[in-house]
Amino acid sequence: MKATVHVFLKPGVLDVQGKAVESALHGLGWDGVKDVRVGKTLTFDLAATDKAAAETEVKAMCEKLLANTVIESYRVEVA
Amino acid sequence: MKAAVIVFPGSNCDRDCAVAVERSTGAQVEMVWHKETALPEGLDLIVLPGGFSYGDYLRCGAMAALSPVMQEVVAAANRGVATVGICNGFQILCEAGLLPGALLRNEGLKYICKPVALEVTNAQTRFTAGYQGRREVTMTIGNGEGNFFADAETLARIEGEGQVAFRYVDNPNGSVDDIAGIVNPAGNVLGLMPHPDRAFEEELGSADGAILFQSALASA
Repeated sequence: MKATVHVFLKPGVLDVQGKAVESALHGLGWDGVKDVRVGKTLTFDLAATDKAAAETEVKAMCEKLLANTVIESYRVEVA
Repeated sequence: MKAAVIVFPGSNCDRDCAVAVERSTGAQVEMVWHKETALPEGLDLIVLPGGFSYGDYLRCGAMAALSPVMQEVVAAANRGVATVGICNGFQILCEAGLLPGALLRNEGLKYICKPVALEVTNAQTRFTAGYQGRREVTMTIGNGEGNFFADAETLARIEGEGQVAFRYVDNPNGSVDDIAGIVNPAGNVLGLMPHPDRAFEEELGSADGAILFQSALASA
C-alpha cells in the first residue's frame, strides 16, 4: 500500500516560511493571497495489505517520529 | 569528576564542548558515540552538543532523540544526573520529551550567529548557582531554529515553577517570553540555545559559560 503523510505547523504556531512566501506572492502582484502555510509531504510504500491496519501503523509513525505534536498536526492517507 | 559528550552524526560542537568542560572544570571527559547502548559508569554530567545532528533532516533533533544512546541518557537524566543540551542539544532534549516545548524557525528567517546578552532568570538551579549576584551574562548564539515555543498552558507552568533559567535581554529570534534556556521540574536537565562552550574563556570574548559547567559539577 502507498502512504502519504502531510505535516503542517498547527494553526496559531508562527510559520515564518509561509509568511515569507506570502510576502513574495504579494510582491508579484497576488494581493489576494493570505494565510500561506508551508508544510511537508512524505510518501512511502507499506508492506501492510489491510487499510485500517496500515492507517494505524502510519499514525504511530507520525506520533513517534514524523510529526512533533507540540507544534505540528498531521494527516494520513493510505491507498 | 566525570563528564560525557554524546556524539551524533552531524554534531559539530562535540569537541568544543569537551574542551570547554575540561578546561572550565578539570573534569575527565569521554566522547560517547550515539550508537552506544550504555553510558560510562559514574557520570556527573552529560552534554548533548550543538551542531546539526542527522543534518537537521525532518526536524532539528528529531532523529537524534531516537538514537540508541538516548534511552540511556533519558534514564540517567531521570535518575538525576546533570544533563545539559546546548543548541541542537536543546532541540534533542525537547524532541526526547525531557524538556517541554519545541524550537521553531527564527522569526526573522535568518541564521543568527553573534554574542547575546542573557538575563540569569533563576540563579537557584544546579546550572546557574554560580551566577549568584550576576544578573547579566554574555554567550554566543548560532542557530536558525532557536525560536522557543510552548503552548500557553505549558508556558504558564514553566514560568510558575521557575523553570526559565535564562532569558534574552534583546530577543533575537522571537522566542516566546524571551526564553533562552529552561530546566526540567527536577532541575537536573537544562536546555539552552546560546553556547556556553563558545564562551568559556576571555579569549573567546566571554568566560561566562565556564560558570555554567562549574555550577553543574559543583555538587558532584
